[in-house]
Amino acid sequence: MITGNRKPLTQIFEMIKFYERILIVGCGTCVTVCMSGGLKEAEETAAAIRLQRQQEGRPVRVAARVVERQCEPEFLESLDAELENYEVVLSLACGIGVQCYNLWRPNKLTLPGLDTVGAGYPVKQGLWYEACLSCGDCMLAHTGGICPIARCAKSLQNGPCGGSVKGKCEVTKVTTVPEGHDCAWQLIYDRLTALGKLELLDEVRPPKNWSKAHHGGPRKLEREDMQIG
Amino acid sequence: MAKQSNLQKVLQQGYFAVTAEVGPPRCADFAPLKEKAEMLRDYVDAINITDNQTAIVRLSSQSCCGELVRMGIDPVFQMTCRDRNRIALQSDILGAAAQGAINMLCLSGDHQTFGSEPNSKNVFDMDSIQLIDVLAGMTRGVFAGGDRMEAPLAAFIGAAVNPFADPLELRVSRLRKKVKVGAQFVQTQCVYDLDRFARFMEMVRKEGLDGKVHILAGITPLKSAKAARYMRDKVAGITVPEDLIKRMEAAADPKEEGIRICLETIRQLQEIKGVAGIHLMAIAWEEAVPEIVRQAGLYPRPVAEG
Repeated sequence: MITGNRKPLTQIFEMIKFYERILIVGCGTCVTVCMSGGLKEAEETAAAIRLQRQQEGRPVRVAARVVERQCEPEFLESLDAELENYEVVLSLACGIGVQCYNLWRPNKLTLPGLDTVGAGYPVKQGLWYEACLSCGDCMLAHTGGICPIARCAKSLQNGPCGGSVKGKCEVTKVTTVPEGHDCAWQLIYDRLTALGKLELLDEVRPPKNWSKAHHGGPRKLEREDMQIG
Repeated sequence: MAKQSNLQKVLQQGYFAVTAEVGPPRCADFAPLKEKAEMLRDYVDAINITDNQTAIVRLSSQSCCGELVRMGIDPVFQMTCRDRNRIALQSDILGAAAQGAINMLCLSGDHQTFGSEPNSKNVFDMDSIQLIDVLAGMTRGVFAGGDRMEAPLAAFIGAAVNPFADPLELRVSRLRKKVKVGAQFVQTQCVYDLDRFARFMEMVRKEGLDGKVHILAGITPLKSAKAARYMRDKVAGITVPEDLIKRMEAAADPKEEGIRICLETIRQLQEIKGVAGIHLMAIAWEEAVPEIVRQAGLYPRPVAEG
C-alpha cells in the first residue's frame, strides 16, 4: 500500500489562503488504511480550516468528501455535480491521486494535502515500513524476500555496511521511526540462516541496472494486448 | 609491470606497514593538509585522505591526493559511493591516478544524515564491493559500462572492513567478496576490542584470506575518557571495552594513557598472524602519530626496493 502523512495544517492554511470555497477530497484506499487521508481526516482538516478562518474573520465554505480511489477515473464521477460549487480541491490522496484529479478534472486546480511517504506495509497498529522503491529489477530472490534497496539506508546489495550494530541501522539515531530502523542486512542474514540458504550471500551482486528504475527516465507500463484501437 | 605504490611495495616485501589518515581542510587551501602531511611524512608508508568523512564537506580527496604526490608522499585515495555515481567515481579515479595516486580505497560512506548536509540526496549507485569490482576492471583496461580504456589503470586496490559491526559472520563474508572481486589490501575499523578482533582474524585465517589480502588493523588513540565514551556510544560500528573506559577515566594524564593503550594494542596486533600493518586514525590528533610510531619501534620506516 501507499503510505503518507497529512501535511501540517500551517502548510495547508498557507496553500489555500486565497480560496473561499474548498472541497477536501479523501481517498478511500491506502491513505484511509494508514489514517492520514480518508474521510475522517478530510473532516478533521475541514474543521480546522473553518476554525482558522473564523479566528481570522474570513469566510470560507469547506466540505469534506471521499472517493474510493482517486487514481481511477470512474470513482471521481460521484463528486462531479458538487465540484462546480468549489474553487479548488484539496486532495488527501497520495501524489498519484492528486495528479489524477488535476489530469481528469482539468477545470479545477487540485492541491496536495498529504505528503506521500512510500510503498510499504503495516508492522503493527500505527506503524508502517517502506518496503519497495519500484526499482524495476526485483532482487528479492537473492535476499530471502527482504529488500535491501528499500530497507537499507544505502541500498547496499552485497551485505551490510560497517554501521550495523545489534541488528540496528546506523541511521537509527536520526530516524523518525521510534524504535529505530532494523538493519536490512541483519534481517536478510537471519532469514537466510533460518532458510538454510546463507550461501546466497556469497554471490557477488554486480552493479545494478538502474536504468530500469526512474533513473532511466519516467517509466510507463504498456500492455499492447490490452489496448483497444 | 604496472606502476606500484610505496605502500604496495612495503607490503609485498613483507614489512609491517604503517599508514595514517589525514582529513582535508574545510576551505580551498592545501596549507593545513600539507602541515599535517609534513609532520607524518617520515613515520608512515602512505597517508590516507578521507573523502568527506562523516559526510562533512571538505576539500576533495582527489585534489589532496594530487598534492601529496607533488610533496613526494604516497597517498591512499579514499572514495565513498555516497556522493558519486559510477560515471563520477570512474572519472575521479582517473583524476587521482593521473596525478600519481595508486592506492585507492573503496568505501560505502557514512550516511549523509550524520553530516553537514543532512538534507542532501545520496547516490549509492554502487556499493563498495561493486566499486572494487569496477576499479579492478579498470586495471584490466575496461570501464564499468564495458568500453575499453585508452590505457589500463595502475591501482593498488583497497577496501575497509569492520570486524566490530554485526553480524560477525557476515564481516568475513564481506571480506571474502571484496578479495574475490579484487581487493589487495584492507584497513579495518579502530581496534579496541582485541578479543573480538582475534576471533575475526581466526575466521579470516581459517579461509586463508590473510594470504590473499594485506590486512592493516585500524588504530585510533584515545585522547580522553570523554572521547572513549563518545567512540563507544556515538560512532556506529565501534566497540570500546569497559576496562579501557575505566583506564581512561582513572588516568592522571589521559593523553599519555591513550598512547599507552595504543602501544599495547599495536604490540598485541603484531602477535596476531595475518596482520600486515597498522592504520593510524588519530582524528584531530595527528601530532600523536610520530610518537606512537617511534615508541612502537616502527621507526624508521623501511625503504622498499623497486
